Amino acid sequence: MATINLSETSRPPGWYATFIKRLRRNVPFTVGLGIVWLAAMVAVAIFADQIRPYNITAMDLSSRLSHPGALKHLLGTDELGRDVLSRLLQSVRVSLIIAFGATILSAVFGTALGFAAAQFRGAVEHLVLVLADFQAALPFLIMSLAVLAFFGSSMVLLVCLMGFYGWERYARIARGLAISASSQGYAASVVQLGATPARVYFHHILPNVASTLIVSMTLTFPEIILMESGLSFLGLGVQPPETSLGNMVGFGREYLTRAPWIMLAPSVVIVLTTLSISIVGDWLRDKLDPTLS
Amino acid sequence: MIRFIAVRLLRALITIFAVVTFAFVVLRMSGDPAQVMLGPDVPQEAVDAFRRSWGLDQPLWVQYLAYIRSIFTGDFGVSMRDKASALDLVLQRVPATLQLTVPALLLKLALGIPAGVYAALHRQSFADRGVILLAVLGFTIPSFVMGLLLVLIFAVILGVLPSGGQDTWVHGILPTITMSIGGIGILARFSRSAMIEVMGQPYIRTASAKGLKWGDVVWNHALPNAAVPIVTIVGFMVGSLIAGAVVVESIFSWPGIGRLLIVSVGNRDLAVVQCILLIIAATMVVSNLVVDLLYGWLDPRLRSNAAH
Repeated sequence: MATINLSETSRPPGWYATFIKRLRRNVPFTVGLGIVWLAAMVAVAIFADQIRPYNITAMDLSSRLSHPGALKHLLGTDELGRDVLSRLLQSVRVSLIIAFGATILSAVFGTALGFAAAQFRGAVEHLVLVLADFQAALPFLIMSLAVLAFFGSSMVLLVCLMGFYGWERYARIARGLAISASSQGYAASVVQLGATPARVYFHHILPNVASTLIVSMTLTFPEIILMESGLSFLGLGVQPPETSLGNMVGFGREYLTRAPWIMLAPSVVIVLTTLSISIVGDWLRDKLDPTLS
Repeated sequence: MIRFIAVRLLRALITIFAVVTFAFVVLRMSGDPAQVMLGPDVPQEAVDAFRRSWGLDQPLWVQYLAYIRSIFTGDFGVSMRDKASALDLVLQRVPATLQLTVPALLLKLALGIPAGVYAALHRQSFADRGVILLAVLGFTIPSFVMGLLLVLIFAVILGVLPSGGQDTWVHGILPTITMSIGGIGILARFSRSAMIEVMGQPYIRTASAKGLKWGDVVWNHALPNAAVPIVTIVGFMVGSLIAGAVVVESIFSWPGIGRLLIVSVGNRDLAVVQCILLIIAATMVVSNLVVDLLYGWLDPRLRSNAAH
């Protein structure tokens, strides 16, 4: 053959170039952007204390409601002269912590109930279904509004309450998958070998249904962020002096005409974050969910 | 079919009962409304008298039984603040909420479904991508951000629309748009994926292969089959006609159920909050029930499965 394969003559690419090339082939551009944004948000949440220029309650009374863009306060200040950027970073941390905690709680709670329904059937299954009906009948925002307003809002209560968000979705998925798994050979055979139900569910069934559950976590996560910020916006979620994204929008609302940046900065962060999770989650679903395609 | 309906009805009743019980227990457990209603500096005798006159000195289960009994006679209690019937107070606010949610629902249906169906029929086209992008944006922007952005643009900067209140129909424009955008996005996405799935089915190929006009295939063969999943979402939207406006009413100071709920929750007005929760749950449950029955009508396969 007279033709020469040019790629063989050039230097073999370094690991970095290979990595980038693979990444480009496997990850669409928008998904990449989404991942980068989410990584940045997680970094902000972890290092909020180190990177924020001011304390979130530090007041700079000489420059109240100052415009964004100044070197001293990059995103401007609010009505008390508190630095918007610092508060924004702290808000990202608070909102993400609540959303993470609640997503994990609701996944564990829902999956456990779903497995219980699949294992015991009968009365337990009916009870779980009634609870799911209940959850569907009372919109989550309304329920949390009543609970938070009457019990008073605290961080722990907020996370626990948000931890009920979407549990019925996990319960339904876990129940359905566990029932179909127990009719498959692998679960029946470990039962025959004398495994305890806990072992069957956590060592054998859970790994098989994990990808579907992870996908529904990516669905629940942005919804919890929106739910928490909605509650905080209404003044029932995170309480001052602590701050969260919705809480900032809520307070910024009063200065909409004079200082729209107070409300715009957290709004942009909320929208970009939920948008990123939504794009990355869709992509993950296509990759992971065996029930699709 | 009768058994199917009976089981559904029974579950609906149990659900409403659960909501009533939940509301009762949570609201009573969470502190003394006398303190909030009367303020911190009133003498103990006044607090005692208040509690006696509202029956709050009775044991919880006595209050609960009395409450359930009065609900069955159509008495939903009296507002502690206004001394008026809680049910009347709540029903007065229903029209205002519906003034927003019904037009918003119509807007969602009129824009969301056609956009989704069009995108599905023109897959990978420019319009399809545009619809997906707008749909994702529509439901990832929370309503309070959307509402404030619209106020900022149309009321503050352009000054063409009012930012709050309920005086004329013009006041309803911004809240209605705010409320419908998310739903339009959700419906568009749902209808698109439902249509794409249906269009890939063998019976569609058969229908086109036997020479039916394209329009007939879409209208008579594809749309009815795509309707089943879409009806679920629409049913959910109908169910939240009463409850879905809390945030938007609060942004635009619209005197509907949502605002009443927030105010009553702040005042610990037990009877009013309970009444609102009950009405919200009842609307939700009834619309879920209707969706379940519609399913049976739209898809005979579900009817026979559910009966077993």
